Amino acid sequence: MTIDWQAFWLTLQLAVTVSAILLLLGLPVAYWIAFSGWRWKFLVEAVVALPIVLPPTVLGFYVLVALGARSPLGRWWISLTGHTLAFTFSGLVIGSILYSLPFAVQPFAASFAGVDRRLMAASATLGASPLRTFFRVIVPLSVPGLITGTALSFAHTMGEFGVVLMVGGNIPGVTRTVSIDIYDRVQASDYAGANGTALVLLAFCFVVLVIVYSLNRKAWSVGPAK
Amino acid sequence: MSDARTIESGALAAPASLTSRNNKPEGALLAARLRKRMAGQGHEFILDVEFHAAPGFTILFGASGAGKTTLLDCVAGLVAPDAGRIAIGERILFDSSQGADVAVAKRRVGYVFQDLALFPHVTVEQNVQYGLAHLAQAERRERSSAILQAFRIAHLARRWAREISGGESQRVALARTLVTDPAVLLLDEPLAALDAPTKGKIIDDLREWNRTHGIPILYVTHSREEVFALGERVIVLDAGRVVAEGTPHDVMTAPRQETVAQLAGFENIFDAVVESAHPERGTMVCRLATTGHAGPVLLETPLVRAGVGSALRVGIRAGDILLATSRPQGLSARNVIPGRITSVEQRDVIVSSRVTCGVEMEVHLTLAARDSLQLAPGSEVWLVIKTHSCHLMER
Repeated sequence: MTIDWQAFWLTLQLAVTVSAILLLLGLPVAYWIAFSGWRWKFLVEAVVALPIVLPPTVLGFYVLVALGARSPLGRWWISLTGHTLAFTFSGLVIGSILYSLPFAVQPFAASFAGVDRRLMAASATLGASPLRTFFRVIVPLSVPGLITGTALSFAHTMGEFGVVLMVGGNIPGVTRTVSIDIYDRVQASDYAGANGTALVLLAFCFVVLVIVYSLNRKAWSVGPAK
Repeated sequence: MSDARTIESGALAAPASLTSRNNKPEGALLAARLRKRMAGQGHEFILDVEFHAAPGFTILFGASGAGKTTLLDCVAGLVAPDAGRIAIGERILFDSSQGADVAVAKRRVGYVFQDLALFPHVTVEQNVQYGLAHLAQAERRERSSAILQAFRIAHLARRWAREISGGESQRVALARTLVTDPAVLLLDEPLAALDAPTKGKIIDDLREWNRTHGIPILYVTHSREEVFALGERVIVLDAGRVVAEGTPHDVMTAPRQETVAQLAGFENIFDAVVESAHPERGTMVCRLATTGHAGPVLLETPLVRAGVGSALRVGIRAGDILLATSRPQGLSARNVIPGRITSVEQRDVIVSSRVTCGVEMEVHLTLAARDSLQLAPGSEVWLVIKTHSCHLMER
C-alpha cells in the first residue's frame, strides 16, 4: 500500500491558501452582509450561499467555462501569463474559493451581527472610525466565529472533489488532490490503497477539527459572548 | 501632573485635586430642534422637540417610551433626525436645511449608555484609552491615569472590564467618555442600578470634574429623587414632546400636565368633574369618577378657572393623606371620607396602605402610626385630605 504524499501535500497547500484568502476576502463580505441596510441584500446572501446547495459539478462546470480561453477572464489571464487558468493550481484556488465561500462568510457574518450594537456605538462616540471599530471591537469579539469559518473552509477544501475534477483535472503535482487520488484508486480496484489514503485524510481532518474546536471552546470562555 | 492639556479645548483633564483652581471655563450651549419619526411594530412614534442645555446638569425626565434615548441618540449622531438642527455653540452637528450631518466620531459628544457598553475584551485602562488613539502613547498614559485617579478607579486599571462591579463599571464608563474631552455629555440613566450613596459619590466626582470643564450634561432619568438631587434645570418629555421645563422645584411641585404629575409623585390621580364653585371661599367641589356602584366621592379643592361640569384631574400625594380610626371632629381639613383598608404593605421605613372609599387611594404612613392605630386590611378608617393637598390638572 503506497500513499500518494504528493497529493496530500498539494491538497494541504490548496486548503491553506484557500482558507487564508477566504479569511481576508470573507471579512469585508461578511461585514457588508451583517451591517448593510440595502434592501436587496438578500440577493447577495443567496448568491453567497449557492455553493452549499449547488452540485459541485455544476459550480465546477461554470468555473471551468469562466476560466477557459473563450471567456474574458480566461483571455485576460492568457494575455498576462501565456497559459490558461483551467487545469492549473491557480485555477483550482479560484474554484475552491467560490466553493468554500459560504463556509467562511456565514460564520463570520453571524458573529459580526452578534456583536452588541451599543459597543459599536460607544466606539464611534469615542471618536473611532468604522475601520477602527471593526478591527478593535468587532473582530476581537468575533474570534470564535472567525476560527469556525476558517476551520470550516479549510476542512471543506481538504475534502472537495467535484469542483477540483471539473476545474483541475487530474495532473499529478499540479491538480491531483487526495480525493481524486482516492477516486482513481477505486476506479483501478486498488481498494487497499484507497482505504489507506482515505484513512489518513479522515484522521487528519478529524485532528484538525478537534484542535480548532477545542481552541474555539477556549475562545468562548475567554472572549465573553457579550 | 505636567502637561496633560487637550489639543482641542485647552481644558484640563484634571484630577479632583486640581479643581481648586479658580478658572471656570464655560462650555458652549447645546441647542437642538429636531423631529424624528420612528415606525415600530404597529405603532408610530414621533419625537418632536426643541430644547437647549446650558453648561451644567440638565435633567431629561420622562416615563420609559417618552423618547429620551432617541433624543440622546439624535444628539450623538447614532440616529439621524428627519429634520431639524443640532448645534454646540457655533458648531453645527446636524442641519437638515444645509444637509449637514457630522459623523458620530467627529461630534465630540460624550455618551454613557444605560448598559455602559464597556469593551469586555480589554482592560479598564485600555477602555479608558480607547478614545485617545490620536495621541502619543506618553500623553495617552498620562491622561488616562489622571482620569482614573479623579474617578478613584486607578487600582482597577489592569483588571478586565467584565470583572469589575456595577459601581466600578459606571465610573469606568464615565472616565472613558470624559477623558476624550467631550463638548457635551449625554448620560442615559447610567446610575439607575446603583444604591443612593454610591450614586451620590459618583455624581459628586462628576460635578467636580465639570467645575473645570463646564460642559452641558444631559442626564436622563425617570427617578423623581434624581431630578431634585441633580437638576439645575429639568426638561420633561412625554410621548416625544417637551411638556414642561424649568427648575425642578417649579416643574415638579406645580405640575399641570398629568404625565408630570404622575412622575412628580402623585400616587393618586383621579378623573373628576367640577360639581360646584365657591369663589367666596376660594374653593370648589369636584366629584371623582368612582368605580362600580359606589356612591359619589366629593372633594373640596382649591378654586381654579374651570366652569361647573368641566372635566379635570385631581392629584393627591399619598403622604398628604391622614388616616383616622374614628370620625374626626373639629378639623380644619375639609375632606373627611369614610373608607376601608384593603392592603397594608411595608416599604422600607414607610407603610403604604390602600384604602377603598368609592375610589382607591394610596396612603403613606409611618410604621409607628400603623402600629398605634393597629391598621390592617379590613379596618374601617376615615381619610382626611386638606383642600390644598388636592392638585388640579388639565384633562
